[in-house]
Amino acid sequence: MAVKGGGTVSQGVTQLERRGETRGGARSPVPGRRWSRSDTKGWIFVGPFLAVFALTFLAPIGYAAYLSLFRAQAFFGTTEFVGLDNYVDVFTDDKFWDGSLRVVLFLVVQVPIMLGLALVAALVIDSARLYASSFFRLVIFLPYAVPGVVAVLMWGFMYGTNFGLAADLNDLFGTSIAPLSKNWMLASIANIVTWEFVGYNMLIFYSALRTVPDDIYEAAALDGAGALRTVLSIKIPALRGAILIATIFSIIGTFQLFNEPNILRTLEPNVITTYYTPNLYAYNLSFGGQQYNYSATVAIVMGLLTAVIAYAVQLRGTREAMK
Amino acid sequence: MTRRVSTSPLAPRRSPVLTVLMALFLVYTLVPLVWLILSATKTQADLFSSPGLWVGDQFAFFSNIRETLTYRDGIFLRWLANTLLYVVVGAGGATLLATAAGYGLAKYRFPGRRVVFAVILGAVAVPGTALAVPTFLMFSNMGLTNTVWAIIIPSLISPFGLYLMWVYAADAVPDELLEAARIDGAGEVRIFFTVVLRLLAPGIVTVLLFAVVSTWNNYFLPLIMLSEPKLYPLTVGLTQWSAQATGANAQPVYNLVVTGSLLTIAPLVIAFILLQRFWQSGLSAGSVKQ
Repeated sequence: MAVKGGGTVSQGVTQLERRGETRGGARSPVPGRRWSRSDTKGWIFVGPFLAVFALTFLAPIGYAAYLSLFRAQAFFGTTEFVGLDNYVDVFTDDKFWDGSLRVVLFLVVQVPIMLGLALVAALVIDSARLYASSFFRLVIFLPYAVPGVVAVLMWGFMYGTNFGLAADLNDLFGTSIAPLSKNWMLASIANIVTWEFVGYNMLIFYSALRTVPDDIYEAAALDGAGALRTVLSIKIPALRGAILIATIFSIIGTFQLFNEPNILRTLEPNVITTYYTPNLYAYNLSFGGQQYNYSATVAIVMGLLTAVIAYAVQLRGTREAMK
Repeated sequence: MTRRVSTSPLAPRRSPVLTVLMALFLVYTLVPLVWLILSATKTQADLFSSPGLWVGDQFAFFSNIRETLTYRDGIFLRWLANTLLYVVVGAGGATLLATAAGYGLAKYRFPGRRVVFAVILGAVAVPGTALAVPTFLMFSNMGLTNTVWAIIIPSLISPFGLYLMWVYAADAVPDELLEAARIDGAGEVRIFFTVVLRLLAPGIVTVLLFAVVSTWNNYFLPLIMLSEPKLYPLTVGLTQWSAQATGANAQPVYNLVVTGSLLTIAPLVIAFILLQRFWQSGLSAGSVKQ
């Protein structure tokens, strides 16, 4: 998964903005004078970031949108304007939907498992009932430092029925499970992704738990709340924001699923199709088929779908927080 | 808000049952890494003939490393140097840009600030990989593909880093200090480099560490941007070695892929262990505000 940390900003930014509003002193100090001279100088610091941002984010988005309106002509090597025809094609493209449904299946199964494990681990580590808890925290986080590519290569080898651990386990139990076969592939990918990111999410939850003030726990203990009651009534509600952010991260990451299937494809080209995930599809359209315009359309549709789903989750999450 | 110093207010008894359950979790985390270390000590023949979680007949660790570093005229070292270049310039630049911009957004109320919010917010919702193909086509038109710039320029933007620095700078840099420096006649840029950077140091280490991880692990971008193997980073190079095990002219070098993988992850894992004090405190600073 490429940038599992990409989506965090939107959430924080809106909240930060709101915070800035309430903290009156931070706004222009003298009423009537809108911007002080030094305020305008903020551009010195923000400008360089924005310039590179425009080149690497805004320009490609614009370029993709432009490309998606054209189609290459078979014999002339030129392109013609086709309006929204490419979009119509994407929405009726079985390959696109095949990949998208696979990603959605992945999303509803893998993400709850991963975040559930991360949540339990964070609660246990925070509970102080563990021996050597800081050691656990560090080690469980470590896979995050392992490049995704290496993680896939390692698991790919271990999944192998020739010299991998799968062979050893099958010998041991007398089974014949092939993790890289058609039936098991998606679960095998889910396991790799879980292994890579469960510790990262654990750390997000753990950091949020650490910010709960002590007095709340003391008050709960005085009221006779047991450990489970404390978890349900204090810790889980305190984690709501972190869970929301981790969920949005994971949704964005899942929709971008590429590295794992692309590398495993070299091992099992017959199991993983060129359109196994939408991202793989967009990649293969461009670099296997030179269908740049159609590929750009797939990329834009995926981007919009991701944004809509992430936004819906965020909206739902904030609404529940208001209750 | 009082920060908790001890892990728990009432220090409940430690539980062996929970510790054992978490130990299972630990095993799951560690098995692949132990497998990798053990496998790096095996010859290619032993990889097939010995159990995955046990040693092979021969101890080939050092010969594997030698072979990895010298295979195909030492291309692995070239990939390592490329990775270091991308990490130093890319992650270093990303940290500098994110720090300056985060500080600028946190401490100056300049006109257009809201537009900056809206634009970054909207663009970040677009998945990074959806941008990759258009970025490739655009860079291709600009003649940037198959150069180091195709990797470095997109690495310079870290939205997560910007967010973290923004949150961090809002609290870590007192407005009074900036005012005092201005009264002393210091320019804004000078204030940033002499006063502000020092105050932001813990946040900067965190942002740098995460930027290093993402550039070190970068795979998709170099995969599409580069066709010249001499420019590959380690990640793309390793997958190329792995892929040569199949196909018409198969030349499997499993032992080199395994040893190369171990050499690739070692620096990051060591950095995370040594710098844990920094990134753990930096991350909690970020989460306080959520």
